[in-house]
Amino acid sequence: MSALLEVEDLEISFGALDAVRGASLEVRRGETHCLVGESGCGKSVTALAVMGLLPSNGARRAKRLAFDGKDILGLDEKGMSRLRGDRMAMIFQEPMTSLNPAYTVGSQMAEVLIRHRGASKRAALDRAAELLARVRITSPGMRLGQYPHQLSGGLRQRVMIAMALMCDPELLIADEPTTALDVTVQAQILRLLADLQKDLGLAILLITHDLGVVARTAHRVSVMYAGEVVESSPVDRLFHRPMHPYTRGLLSCVPVPGKIRRDQPLGSIPGMVPHVTRGFEGCAFRQRCPLTRPDCAGPIERRHPDPDRDYLCQIAPNEMAAP
Amino acid sequence: MTRPLIEVRDVGRVFRVRSGLLGQPKRVVAVDGVSLALMPGEVMGVVGESGCGKSTLAKIILGLLEPSEGEVLIDGRKLSGMGRRERAQLIQPVFQDPFSSLNPRRRVRDIVALPLAAQGGISSAEVKSRVDRMLERVGLDPSMGERLPAQLSGGQRQRVAIARALVMRPRIVVCDEPTSALDVSVQAQILNLLAELRREFGLSYLFISHNLAVVEHVASEVAVMYLGRIVERNDAESLFRDPRHPYTKALLASVLTPEPGLGIPETGLGETMPDPANVPPGCRFHPRCPVAIERCAQETPSTQKGDSGLVECHLAAPA
Ligand SMILES: Nc1ncnc2c1ncn2[C@@H]1O[C@H](COP(=O)(O)OP(=O)(O)OP(=O)(O)O)[C@@H](O)[C@H]1O
Ligand SMILES: Nc1ncnc2c1ncn2[C@@H]1O[C@H](COP(=O)(O)OP(=O)(O)OP(=O)(O)O)[C@@H](O)[C@H]1O
Ligand code: SF4
Ligand SMILES: [Mg+2]
Ligand SMILES: [Mg+2]
Repeated sequence: MSALLEVEDLEISFGALDAVRGASLEVRRGETHCLVGESGCGKSVTALAVMGLLPSNGARRAKRLAFDGKDILGLDEKGMSRLRGDRMAMIFQEPMTSLNPAYTVGSQMAEVLIRHRGASKRAALDRAAELLARVRITSPGMRLGQYPHQLSGGLRQRVMIAMALMCDPELLIADEPTTALDVTVQAQILRLLADLQKDLGLAILLITHDLGVVARTAHRVSVMYAGEVVESSPVDRLFHRPMHPYTRGLLSCVPVPGKIRRDQPLGSIPGMVPHVTRGFEGCAFRQRCPLTRPDCAGPIERRHPDPDRDYLCQIAPNEMAAP
Repeated sequence: MTRPLIEVRDVGRVFRVRSGLLGQPKRVVAVDGVSLALMPGEVMGVVGESGCGKSTLAKIILGLLEPSEGEVLIDGRKLSGMGRRERAQLIQPVFQDPFSSLNPRRRVRDIVALPLAAQGGISSAEVKSRVDRMLERVGLDPSMGERLPAQLSGGQRQRVAIARALVMRPRIVVCDEPTSALDVSVQAQILNLLAELRREFGLSYLFISHNLAVVEHVASEVAVMYLGRIVERNDAESLFRDPRHPYTKALLASVLTPEPGLGIPETGLGETMPDPANVPPGCRFHPRCPVAIERCAQETPSTQKGDSGLVECHLAAPA
């Protein structure tokens, strides 16, 4: 069976800036696919491009962009807006960008169902209350009458999740849904998403830069660097045997509770992410890479160490020492 | 016995916040009866959820905010009686947000020089050479000194903030979420730099973070705050190995270590969120505590001191 979401060779540019340069990924039903990478690598714009929500100064091209086997690249705005909020829904990085401060939680949630399904206001509010309870918000009736600013960050994020679920979407894109939250609340919300996935068979594209979140939630992971997917792998192998030098660097940077050596420095990646503009050639990681060699400035091959993984690097799997 | 560099004695801070149009002003209890001591060469980590009072405590220790009660001693002397210059030579801050803590209209060089200029009596040649040396030491090329903060990356800005804090050669640096706004690779660079500088200059840190793994990596002592109080404190190794307070346990259990296959932990904390405008009676943690008994709702637990640590809970023994 083909994946629910298929993205092949996605390119996104803002004027001369090539924000995404040929990214491919697939999300299957019942699967969480994590998109991980550092600030500015192109995670959010990838999600926005899939939803057809890029800002007007952004341009999108792709070899293929398909939802449930059907092309959505050629879909007009009317067709896209019929999909959005209905079969595919998104939780944005900034909750306040999708919650309108002027309307109550209840009326905003109900609106989604009224628009897409022509539900009555009464039925829509009932559904909203049911979903608020489902994301374990206590006294949902009261919450329906509150305004977004009257909610704590954790509650607001739950409301966002509940709102995204109004029409039983098949695909949920969540952009850093827990980054601004405390670890305790983060654990609660991620558990909730995992439960919903089990119950509803949701496909989830989860964007994060937190490797702990990736390890604990993902089935599959795509690592982005400077607009490219530099490695894609099932989660366990990514952590146990990272292939791309950037992935290796990233994993060595995070202190791991229980394995902490206070007397030793953390691993680190020297230098900074380069600015990539039109006409850039070679590996974007080469100035920071401990393994770089002269041919890293030329075209880079995508390698397949296993049938279900790949990474973008000049060094072949058999030449790559164990990390 | 060596004298603590920072001694916080029963410090409290209440904010009066007006809510709504005709509501009574609310009393927000940000910090409540906190005592702690930072010994020379130590790194005291302070952890706890958003709003538990970490930054308020940091500002009181830096002399940027008056406590409503209690007192702070820096190197044995009362902070309240200390002049700005004297204070600046002892203790300096590094804040979370390098984007807002640096004056956007000043060049990097002037930002770093400001604490020196405020002292007076230092020649401009001396200022320049000290600034250059400090920029270089934090990993910035002295030519970066001519730039404005907007022309730097987040990590570079945090290096500027560290250079500004260290140019006075203080003995204590208060770091309030110094890496929370940074990517993990940049976070690692900054944490490694802070560790090197500590050894080199014999610094002591008060290190605030909500990232427990980071605190475990840097701290020698850890204080856990909940709703304005320190509910547990111990040396870092013991606290992470053997947490005693139910809140510390829940906090540590919530950390998602980068180990696949372990799933997402159940925190056992329930839905109620702590509200400093409405501190519960008895043990302030009882509405969320998974092991609370009736007594917890009625009686405030006292501070129990053990060999190395302290804990405030009816059901826990100190370490
Ligand atoms: N509207 C826009 N106009 C111009 N450039 C943009 C716009 N939106 C994003 N970009 C640029 O595109 C690149 C990718 O941005 P994106 O928001 O996808 O990053 P990200 O990976 O989500 O980062 P973060 O982790 O900080 O959220 C960045 O260089 C960003 O500056
Ligand atoms: N100037 C102020 N006026 C009113 N209330 C304040 C003020 N400063 C802080 N507070 C309140 O005091 C409490 C503690 O805030 P503080 O900033 O110390 O928390 P924190 O532990 O640093 O949180 P975070 O992790 O989010 O930075 C919060 O409820 C906050 O809203
Ligand atoms: S292509 Fe070269 S520079 Fe890039 S990651 Fe591989 S070895 Fe390093
Ligand atoms: Mg983003
Ligand atoms: Mg704070």
